[in-house]
Amino acid sequence: MSAIVRSRPAVVSKSRRGSDESPWARRMLIGVAMLFLAIFLVLPLVNVFVQAFGEGLGAYFQALGHPDTRAAILLTFVVAVCSVGLNLLFGLTASWCIAKFQFPGRTLLLTLIDLPFSVSPVVAGLLYIVLFGRQGILGPWLDEHDIHIVFALPGIVLATIFVTFPFVARELIPLLESQGTEQEQAALALGATGWQTYWRVTLPSVKWGLLYGVMLCNARAMGEFGAVSVVSSGITGQTDTIPLRVVKLDMGIADHAAAFAVASLLAFLALVTLVLKTWLERRQNRELTLASSNLNEH
Amino acid sequence: MSIELKGISKRFGDVSAVENVSFSVGEGELVALLGPSGGGKTTVLRMIAGLEVPTSGELLVRGQVVNDLPVQARNIGFVFQGYALFKTMNVFNNIAFGLSVRKRPKSEIAERVEELLRLFQLEGLGRRYPHQLSGGQRQRVAIARALAPRPSVLLLDEPFGAVDAKVRQELRDWLVHLHDELSVTTLFVTHDQEEAMEVSNRIVIFSRGRLEQIGTPREVYEEPSNEFVARFIGVMNVLELKVQDGLARHQELSFPAHGVADGGILRLGFRPYAVQVSAETTAYSHVARLKHVYFLGVQLRLELETASGLILRARIGKEEFRRLGLVEGREVSFQIREYRILARDGEPLGQEVRALQSSANFAEGI
Repeated sequence: MSAIVRSRPAVVSKSRRGSDESPWARRMLIGVAMLFLAIFLVLPLVNVFVQAFGEGLGAYFQALGHPDTRAAILLTFVVAVCSVGLNLLFGLTASWCIAKFQFPGRTLLLTLIDLPFSVSPVVAGLLYIVLFGRQGILGPWLDEHDIHIVFALPGIVLATIFVTFPFVARELIPLLESQGTEQEQAALALGATGWQTYWRVTLPSVKWGLLYGVMLCNARAMGEFGAVSVVSSGITGQTDTIPLRVVKLDMGIADHAAAFAVASLLAFLALVTLVLKTWLERRQNRELTLASSNLNEH
Repeated sequence: MSIELKGISKRFGDVSAVENVSFSVGEGELVALLGPSGGGKTTVLRMIAGLEVPTSGELLVRGQVVNDLPVQARNIGFVFQGYALFKTMNVFNNIAFGLSVRKRPKSEIAERVEELLRLFQLEGLGRRYPHQLSGGQRQRVAIARALAPRPSVLLLDEPFGAVDAKVRQELRDWLVHLHDELSVTTLFVTHDQEEAMEVSNRIVIFSRGRLEQIGTPREVYEEPSNEFVARFIGVMNVLELKVQDGLARHQELSFPAHGVADGGILRLGFRPYAVQVSAETTAYSHVARLKHVYFLGVQLRLELETASGLILRARIGKEEFRRLGLVEGREVSFQIREYRILARDGEPLGQEVRALQSSANFAEGI
């Protein structure tokens, strides 16, 4: 680290322009940013793993092997698969409509897709309680037909879908818009059906962006706490997801080591997501530059 | 008849893009759709392909009405202006696309693609991706891809628009050769009259959504049917003359009034090559200053300015320029050998009029 810092001034003086800050100001600013990151992001993350493995590997795996914890992990995966799958379907259709057509309500749809970004997840969860809860609008009817939505899997999936709604669609819309429709028209002129065109031309041209959206969507789906905690009411072993289980272990049972062990799963997921995200962003930038270079030639 | 348009119109909302266009293209012809941008020529091409649906009129391909036939079923090869190559597929898969969506056997596809790669001088490039190709190569891939499923008609939208001047010339020659070899009916859109003249058997000229004239390059050049065509095909000097005492005048120049009453307006035009120039100031009846000489290679473009400031354009061969001993900035004399009464836009043109043999010609005779 110090070696890098020492070699800096030479590099700086070589590339200095009139508009550059002084080397000291630069070092100060970079230092402040780094310190901030270290204190608020790196340190807590390291702490999670230190605490998780603090009582040894055996305790770690024992904590993860607890039946209630295993149930929470399983539930989280089921919820993630359901909500990512449904959001994928929705994201693909919505982004395609919005990018390729002009229709009444297009702007409204675009605004609605962004809604979950501006609504507090707790409010989102509450919306489902108001709608499907026992005292809710559809509550009596659901009760009559013995359908359980809140405090059960469907409610958790619904709440998760709500908060992860924008990820896939938002990722794809600008990509599809920048691609234009010429390649698709070319495919049609060559005799391809609408489906063939979509699968063989449209989708491959946005596949990295799509993966990126799915990954972010998945990370959020597994990590969501607010909305899920409202609709699940945290029945141990039944409606606890990983984040709910962590809080319960930490605050309720006060088994801190176990709480951190479970939390480390989410932290690990975050790290994997981060690495994948960086890699995908690179692929996706290439996609975008390719698309725009095609456009420039017109 | 390979393609026939009968009273085709296309409106986009309130905007009329194409109005009542009728023409037909014979089997194996190479036809240019020519016109300024916004003239409706690309819309006509897209309607033939099935990418746009005509608002009214009938469109026939090989005698069959295809108005309601979707683009996939028309068996037409379309080459887009920006080529629209599939950027996630390599050259081989791009060319193979039209065959593989038709579920042709693999061996047949490979054979056809190899054949096209050879024909289009793209051997060895099958595994390249579009972004790894030059502009000319991309265009050849686009045409090869369009031809792979053996379409009955090949349509090209501004095929030479996106490449530089030198490649353009090569591609033009190459398109002519390709057409000779494959003799597939070909229509291409261009806004470049030189390109249209050079490449096509016949030219269809559009402006503001209407068909102005259709004919061979020679016909549209020598017998333009209206002022628009006359001015669009090649350069033309156009004068607006006032008729007085039986003569149509514009500053120093005067012409017989050709049946227009006194006070009337007459428009006439003449090609730059119809202006004869002499270094001898008394050789012809009009005098002007040789304001500018533009060297174009074999030919030179001359800009003449009369005493009253009227600018005329003339064209002259390199050899002739030297023989006449013309010098930029010097006084010259000129005459207009032949001209054409343009009257008003849209009206049929009069026959070309030979200028009266005046004393000027007499002088040259000596």
